[in-house]
Amino acid sequence: MENILEVKDLNISFDTYAGQVHAIRGVNFDLKPGETLAIVGESGSGKSVTSRSIMRLLANNANVDSGEILFKGEDLIKKSEKQMQKIRGSEIAMIFQDPMTSLNPTQKIGKQIAEPILKHQDVSKEEAFKKAEELLGLVGIPNPAKRMNQYPHQFSGGQRQRIVIAIALGCNPDILIADEPTTALDVTIQAQILELMKELQQKIKTSIIFITHDLGVVANVADRVAVMYAGKFVEVGTVDEIFYNPQHPYTWGLLSSMPTLETSGSLYAIPGTPPDLLNPPKGDAFAPRSEYALKVDTMYEPPLFKLSDTHFAATWLLHPDAPKVTPPAGIVARQNGFRAKQVDLAPSSDLTKLSGQDVEIDQEQGNLSVDEITTERDSKGEVNEPRY
Amino acid sequence: MKSYAKYIGKRVLYMLLTLFLIASITFFLMKLLPGTPYSNQDKLSEEQIAIMDEKYGLNEPVIVQYGIYIFGLATGDLGTSFQFHNTPVSDLISYRIGPSAQIGIQAVVVGTLLGIVLGVVSAMKQGTWVDTTATLTAIVGRSIPNFVFAVLLQLVFGVWLRWFPIALWTGFASSILPSMALAISPLADSARFMRTEMVDVLSSDYVELAKAKGLSKWEVAFKHGIRNALIPLITLLGPMAVALMTGSMVIENIFAIPGIGEQFVKSILTNDYPTIMGVTMLYSLLLVSVILLVDILYGIIDPRIRVATEGGK
Repeated sequence: MENILEVKDLNISFDTYAGQVHAIRGVNFDLKPGETLAIVGESGSGKSVTSRSIMRLLANNANVDSGEILFKGEDLIKKSEKQMQKIRGSEIAMIFQDPMTSLNPTQKIGKQIAEPILKHQDVSKEEAFKKAEELLGLVGIPNPAKRMNQYPHQFSGGQRQRIVIAIALGCNPDILIADEPTTALDVTIQAQILELMKELQQKIKTSIIFITHDLGVVANVADRVAVMYAGKFVEVGTVDEIFYNPQHPYTWGLLSSMPTLETSGSLYAIPGTPPDLLNPPKGDAFAPRSEYALKVDTMYEPPLFKLSDTHFAATWLLHPDAPKVTPPAGIVARQNGFRAKQVDLAPSSDLTKLSGQDVEIDQEQGNLSVDEITTERDSKGEVNEPRY
Repeated sequence: MKSYAKYIGKRVLYMLLTLFLIASITFFLMKLLPGTPYSNQDKLSEEQIAIMDEKYGLNEPVIVQYGIYIFGLATGDLGTSFQFHNTPVSDLISYRIGPSAQIGIQAVVVGTLLGIVLGVVSAMKQGTWVDTTATLTAIVGRSIPNFVFAVLLQLVFGVWLRWFPIALWTGFASSILPSMALAISPLADSARFMRTEMVDVLSSDYVELAKAKGLSKWEVAFKHGIRNALIPLITLLGPMAVALMTGSMVIENIFAIPGIGEQFVKSILTNDYPTIMGVTMLYSLLLVSVILLVDILYGIIDPRIRVATEGGK
């Protein structure tokens, strides 16, 4: 299927008083029609910046240093502000995090829903309001005709998020960007909103980019998952691949810190904090927090290793010459379950088993040469260009 | 809506109570003022003073005088002026209120509107020379007292350019300079206030959503920004109107406008009790009405406040 969106080698930095903050460092991804891609990561990993760059709604101090955002084959970065206004709200729409503040408190919600329809479609005011009323019913607000004339404060948080969704769907967008749409809602309402989004996606066949830090939500809605760390995608795969065959130590950490029914005692937390993107670290940005870090991680950035047509991960652990490490017990259990259905994807077992940060890669012994790693390609594992 | 009418009714009742309290306090305070209404008391005999006191009801005990006054007030009788040719106070006021009201209203309307425009433009052009100029204008306008500004206006437009009369009351043309002098402070205040509020609103989530709908920067400002930024500004309107009322006394003197302010000052200097009371009551009435108006305006602009005043939905 033709990709509706292709982001190629996107680099974004922000000018601050302290200096240039490199928020997005070479992000690549694509989106197929009708697909839901979840972007997961902790605060400050660049999820929201990625999504806002697609809408071209970045703050004034943001610079797109390089890269392309191809929407239906046209580069959005090269579009004028006027052209972007035609795309925003009609072809690409967005749902925001906090429904309590994302509606104008002094305007009737009917008008707010009808606004993008009036703006982008050649319809009369009556038709736009009629469409708005239909949308309000579609997102599950009872008695839409009456509710059209009410103000946001007369709705609950969950209802308001439904209204925000109705606004976004006004012009049947090709892409819907949902920036943590359920974060501000309580859990039962979260489930309803997710259910609604899935249902509506079926109806209007839109692609969704779902930004969240909640892996539970991801499992619920996504077709594919991209794990983001320090402005890069560190692992991308289908939901099954990410949840049951994770390869990157950061993904392991994220999954281990998610409570399951078997969790007893204290919950795992990834030690440390994300790096300061004012001075991005050399090599693998996650290395300082990872107990599986190799020496090469502090020197060279890992490329994206291809595990399957859909599964990629940027960690040197996947290099054929890398020492075999055993992931945390919970992850091994997940992988075993996955392997039962899939072919064996484990790295070759004849490599020296090493673990912990005291791992030294000895160049003299020729065990693992840094220079070789970056150039070597062999039959056991392909080193791919960071494209997927 | 029915409960809204009830709310306003209640507010009007409170207004009347406030006015009654003001009238009472002012009455007794005024009686404490040293001196009498007679400018040449030394030359008057005891008898003459007694006759005069009798005529104006000043021989009664203060509490009785108070009773008579309040009764008169309730029936709409403000009494007769001592100083101004025995004219009824209500006539004095109605004759003089025109010019005062005219320059006051012109100043508030022009000042606030220009201030809002200036504030919105500088918020939209944040950090540019437009913003800096507007901010500077506002600071200068706020810092210069209006009587200094009045004299400057007289010099530039009256003496040098000869566009407008300097100090003369002939109608609209002569109201322009005093209105400008009065307008400068509401202009500066509302410009500063509006800029701050607008900057705040422009960084809010619903403005971001409006941009995500595909609206242009100015569409966002007009359809979603200004109305929300106006809400806090309305709070400022009350005190602003009061400042204009008192400020106008000086301005009226400078431009020789036959207004209420000028009369008020004269009546205090001569212990003209009924006129002091009359003008005080007029100012008080204006003030409480402005406050009520501001509260009603709130409800019109912000639906959330409407609900609160209705006591929940």
